[in-house]
Amino acid sequence: MNLSRTTATAGRVLRQLLHDPRTIALMLLVPCVMLVLLRYVFDANPATFNSIGASLLGIFPLITMFLVTSIATLRERTTGTLERLLAMPLAKGDLIGGYALAFGAVAVLQSLLATGLALWGLDLNVIGSAWLLLLVALLDALLGTALGLFVSAFAASEFQAVQFMPAVIFPQLLLCGLFTARDTMQPVLRAISDVLPMSYAVDGMNQVLRHTDLTATYVRDVLIVAGCAVLVLALGAATLRRRTA
Amino acid sequence: MMNKAAEAPGTVRAPATPAVHAAGLTVVRGPRTVLRDLDFSVPRGQITGLLGPSGCGKSTLMRSVVGTQAKVTGTLTVLDRPAGHPTLRARVGYVTQDPSVYLDLTVRQNLDYFAAVLLPGRAAADRRRADVERVLTEVDLTSHADALAGNLSGGQLSRVSLAVALLGAPELLVLDEPTVGLDPVLRRDLWDLFHSLAGHGTTLLISSHVMDEAERCHRLLLMREGRLLADDSPDALRARTGTDTVEAAFLHLVDTANATRTN
Repeated sequence: MNLSRTTATAGRVLRQLLHDPRTIALMLLVPCVMLVLLRYVFDANPATFNSIGASLLGIFPLITMFLVTSIATLRERTTGTLERLLAMPLAKGDLIGGYALAFGAVAVLQSLLATGLALWGLDLNVIGSAWLLLLVALLDALLGTALGLFVSAFAASEFQAVQFMPAVIFPQLLLCGLFTARDTMQPVLRAISDVLPMSYAVDGMNQVLRHTDLTATYVRDVLIVAGCAVLVLALGAATLRRRTA
Repeated sequence: MMNKAAEAPGTVRAPATPAVHAAGLTVVRGPRTVLRDLDFSVPRGQITGLLGPSGCGKSTLMRSVVGTQAKVTGTLTVLDRPAGHPTLRARVGYVTQDPSVYLDLTVRQNLDYFAAVLLPGRAAADRRRADVERVLTEVDLTSHADALAGNLSGGQLSRVSLAVALLGAPELLVLDEPTVGLDPVLRRDLWDLFHSLAGHGTTLLISSHVMDEAERCHRLLLMREGRLLADDSPDALRARTGTDTVEAAFLHLVDTANATRTN
C-alpha cells in the first residue's frame, strides 16, 4: 500500500461526488429530515424519541454509506475503470482505503449535522459526550462502506445492488434492539442479534445516552464495530481480482 | 522504467528479446476454449496489428498480455517477465474497448488521478503535470481538458482512454480497437501518433477488425476462432498468398484453412 495513492483515490472519489451536488444534498439532509419527522411523530412521548433517535444516529450513516459505496464500486466494476486500475500499480488496499477515507469524510459531515440537530435543535437528551456519539457514527459509516464494497462483488447490476440493502441491512435493523430490547426476543433471534454488528452500534449509542462516563460496554461496542468494519473491508479486498474470466 | 533514459542513445540492449512472446498460449472462459495453443512474438519498437473478426479472441489475447485474464495456460512472457507480473503494471499501457474513465470527472481530473496512481507523491507533482499536458496534446484534447467526460462524444471518450494509457510513457502499449468510431482525419492522426511512438522505441499491439488499418502495421497477427492464421509482415503476407490487400490475404488464408479441415 502507498499513502499517496490512497489519498489520491480518496480525492478522486470526493471530486466525483462534488460533480453530483444532488447526491451530496440527499446524503446530508435526509437523515436530518428523518430526525425532525421522528421528533414530531413522538411529540407526546419524548422518552421514546430519545432512545430511538440516539439509535438512528448510528444507523443512518451505515445505511447511507452502504448504498453509496455499493453503487459506486459496482460502477467501477461495470465501466472498466476497476480493470484499468488493477492493471496499474495500485494496491487493492489503496483503492479500498481511498473509498473508506472519502466516504468516512462525508460520514463525519453527515454525523456532525445529524448529531448537532438532534442534540441542540430537537432536544435529544444525551447524558454522555457528543464526541462519543460521533465516534460510533463514524465507525458505523465505515462499516456501511465495508459492507457496500463487499456486496457490490455479488451484484451484477444497480438493480441487484439496491436490493442488497433490504437483504443485508433490514434484518440487522429488526434485530439490533431498535424496536424492542434484544433480551426480550425469541432466544434464537437473540443469539443471531449477538453476532450482527449493528446491535453493538445501537448499544454503543444507548450507552452514551444513559451514562455520563465512558463505560466498559461502550468500549467493547466500539471495538466490535471497528473490528467488523476492518474484517469486512478485508473480505471486500478479497473480492477484487486482478485476473477475471 | 526511468532507468532507460540513463542509457546512451543508440545503445543496443542485448539480448533483444521480443516484447511479447507466447508459446502454447491457451485460454479457457467457462465451457469455451477462447484461445487455442497460440505461438507468436511481438517485436520491440514496432506496431503489431492483431486482426480478425469480432469474437475471434482478440480482446482475450490482449487481456492475457496485460495480465487481467484468468485461466491462462502456456508460456506468456511480456518485457522479459511473466505476463501480469507486478513490475509490469507501470510498464504496460492498456486501453480496453470500454471507455474505462470516470464519466463524472473532467478529462483533466481523470488524467490527474491516473497519473497519481502511476507516479505517486507530492515530489512528482511537476512531472505529473507535464505528463498530463503531453498526453492531452498527443490525443488532441487540450481544448476539451476541462469538459466533463460524460459530455464527450464516443470518439472523444476513447481518446481520453488512450491518453490515460499514454501516461508515464509505457514501454508496451496494448490498444483494443482504439480507432473505432473515429472520423478518418482523427484515425490518420492517431496512426501518425502510433508510428511516432514506435519510432521512439515503444512497442504497440493494436487490435482492429478493420482490415485497411492492417496496412499501417509493421507486423500482423491474423486471428480466427481462437487460432492464429498468420504471423507476418503485411508485404510478406500479400506476397505469400498472391493477393493485393491484407483483406484478400486474410480471406485466402481462411479458405485454405477451411479446405484443409474438410479434407
